[in-house]
Amino acid sequence: MKINDVILHAVTKIVVFIILTLAIYLFLSGHHSPGGGFVGGLVLASAFVLLYLAFDIETVQKGIPFDFKLVAALGAFIAAASGLGAVFFGASFLSQAFDYFDLPILGQTELATVTVFEAGVALAVVGTVVTIILSISEDV
Amino acid sequence: MIEYLVVGGLALYGIAIAVAVIRMIIGPTLPDRVLALDIIGVNLISCIAIISVMLSTTAFLDVILILGILAFISTIAFARYLERGVIIERKRDS
Repeated sequence: MKINDVILHAVTKIVVFIILTLAIYLFLSGHHSPGGGFVGGLVLASAFVLLYLAFDIETVQKGIPFDFKLVAALGAFIAAASGLGAVFFGASFLSQAFDYFDLPILGQTELATVTVFEAGVALAVVGTVVTIILSISEDV
Repeated sequence: MIEYLVVGGLALYGIAIAVAVIRMIIGPTLPDRVLALDIIGVNLISCIAIISVMLSTTAFLDVILILGILAFISTIAFARYLERGVIIERKRDS
């Protein structure tokens, strides 16, 4: 039986980009307001889950050829390495630093090394959640 | 005046959520329960909006967006489960 899900595919192709935008916003707003790497990673993972729901596993993996176990491992490595970098400057493990820079368009911007750590956390969360969802769905 | 309206609206949404919970418990079929769960999600979004009006803050607006996304995805997942029995397919047969 051929299943007609044109509406689901059309809605998904638009809504996925809205969810990805919200994930980036949550990731970047985590410095001074609610948000951060964990929540951004969860919303990013929910965008991938929506893609897997609307389409099937093989189509999505043809478009996004990542092994999500490797993504989780890479995220954990980035988070640990950003903490280890502080040791070489004489600070204790996981110390973070920030400074103000004059960027061309944005003006004076505060850049912090905790963003690298948060990026690692986000990658680890995305990899773990998508791996769990895919492993559960394979049992059926 | 506006405080009474806000608190009254919150109480009415609480009643609506309670009625949806009753429907979710005694619902005869599975689609009734799924629909009650969706109604609870939408009412929670409205409750958070009213609470953010009551506290005059914008810190809860991210919660509204995330709750809307989760309600949308869970509705799609339940609908696929009811319609086909499998949530994530390995390969489409079309």
